[in-house]
Amino acid sequence: MSGQAWFQKKPKISTPDPKDAHGPSSSRMEGIWEKCTECGDIMLREELEKALNVCPSCGHHMALHARARIAALCDADSFEEFDADLESVDPLGFSDSKKYKDRIKSTMKLLGEKDAFIGGVGTIEDRRVSLGCFNFEYMGGSMGSVVGEKVTRVFERAIELKCPAIVFSASGGARMQEGIFSLMQMAKTCAAINAFREIRQPYISVLLHPTTGGVAASFSWLGDVILAEPRALIGFAGPRVIEQTIRQKLPEGFQRSEFLLDHGMIDAIVARKDLRARIVQTLGLLAS
Amino acid sequence: MAINIAHSLEFERPLLQLEKKIDELKSLSSSGAVDMTAEIGRLEKKARKLQVEIFNDLTRWQVVQLSRHNARPYFTDYVSNVFTDYCELAGDRLYGEDPSIIGGFARLDGQPVLVMGHQKGRSTKENMRRNFGMPRPEGYRKARRLMELAARFNRPIFTFVDTPGAYPGIGAEERGQAEAIASNLEVMASLNVPVISTVIGEGGSGGALAIGVGNRVLMLQYSIYSVISPEGCASILFRDASRADKAAEALKLTAPDLLKLEIVDEIIEEPHGGAHRDPVATAKSLGAALRKHLHELQKLTPRQLVADRYAKFRAMGAFHGK
Repeated sequence: MSGQAWFQKKPKISTPDPKDAHGPSSSRMEGIWEKCTECGDIMLREELEKALNVCPSCGHHMALHARARIAALCDADSFEEFDADLESVDPLGFSDSKKYKDRIKSTMKLLGEKDAFIGGVGTIEDRRVSLGCFNFEYMGGSMGSVVGEKVTRVFERAIELKCPAIVFSASGGARMQEGIFSLMQMAKTCAAINAFREIRQPYISVLLHPTTGGVAASFSWLGDVILAEPRALIGFAGPRVIEQTIRQKLPEGFQRSEFLLDHGMIDAIVARKDLRARIVQTLGLLAS
Repeated sequence: MAINIAHSLEFERPLLQLEKKIDELKSLSSSGAVDMTAEIGRLEKKARKLQVEIFNDLTRWQVVQLSRHNARPYFTDYVSNVFTDYCELAGDRLYGEDPSIIGGFARLDGQPVLVMGHQKGRSTKENMRRNFGMPRPEGYRKARRLMELAARFNRPIFTFVDTPGAYPGIGAEERGQAEAIASNLEVMASLNVPVISTVIGEGGSGGALAIGVGNRVLMLQYSIYSVISPEGCASILFRDASRADKAAEALKLTAPDLLKLEIVDEIIEEPHGGAHRDPVATAKSLGAALRKHLHELQKLTPRQLVADRYAKFRAMGAFHGK
């Protein structure tokens, strides 16, 4: 048996509280070791989970499951998920290498999640917030009708409850398989934010690796305060598209969080371990 | 309008060649040398039949090509044919002037309005200047500035969409292309004046939508509107950009498709053979549609206009569950 079999190639992370995890099946929990995708260091899975998937050796921020992220942010047992029954349909009858209908079905089965976004209401240090988080492993966090609807409802719920809104984005952009419907989610979510502004509560947008395309170019970049995790790839066009267009190599660090901070496009880069405290502080300073 | 055959689309060519022949016969006939009336009549009938044959059964990929036709009327062609008193305003007041989105105040039947649109160039030189109609953040920020200006002075807004997409370049990213588009989407949702957006050529993704959040969204018959270009879709999903024809079919990006999906409110018919065959007639149909929708929207109060736009876009999406 090769050593490789002891490790999973990609970190598949459970939530800290397994009873909240409808998702990852037990077979995906196998392997007690994890390998950092950046520096290659090997560590106990338990240790990595405790560090919210940040490599203890090099500080690399690996993907963190949306449910784990929400659990780490909200007060214990305070998060109530909404709209969990929303399911994608196939409005165009779209088919590439696979029928979109089948792709939805198999992805739902594989991940135990209905789509690429989890939204709901919870408390953070006893303050109620309407929040949501992308689930990148679901079709690259792409935004179709379900994601657009759930994001819209995060803001509508915030209006109803007169509370702050928080969205964690990690998405390749629009879901091509839903064609024009996915494009229109950009307008829909931004219109909801425009309505949300009237209640004068803060919207904190946290940009994770990666946030591009139609998600970057809509609600993600409209945060009253925009935070990003270190080294996250964030931008409108993907690096490959840009390289093909301008026919030259992109500079090192292009479109990373640090690059965006330098160009005045985000408020701050916050390490995952400090994110909760930063959000609490921001809410304290802005929320009524 | 005489179309340069060298710039024509492959499927137009048999028709254009036939028309050229008819013209030759006509000039021969008018010189008095020979009477060709009967032959001309026969060929004209044949040409009409051929046109119907070609255009009644266009594939979606052919419509994509028509929407990008080199001779297709652009924003400025419609401005000069529909509006009067056009007065262009430049610059975003932040960084630069982007000639790929232009606009300014003008009059429609004497009433002051804002007109704004993507602008492509017809020659290579002009296309370089216009960046092939692909705006940078400056373009979107200028658009935003003009729309806010129109709202402040209570002027209805007409936007005209015709872009392959927002420009993907280093500078555009450095200056916040995503932020510029996002910001326009929010501002357009807030405008307290009538907003009528018409796709006149290519409606390329977020770069199109960034000036497309209207109370009414109209499309010219042979324009397209899509989340991604057929080529982009093909290279990502089919891993082969040459299968753009297949992607165009899958994306359902034509005006009839989008009317059926309830994304657009009305299709403006183009003259036989497409807008480029008769830009003046196209402008006339466009003008009539714009007047009709403006008239309807002017019955709404500023608050109702914002609510109407919200309800329109809020309803877009298809999913199971409550």
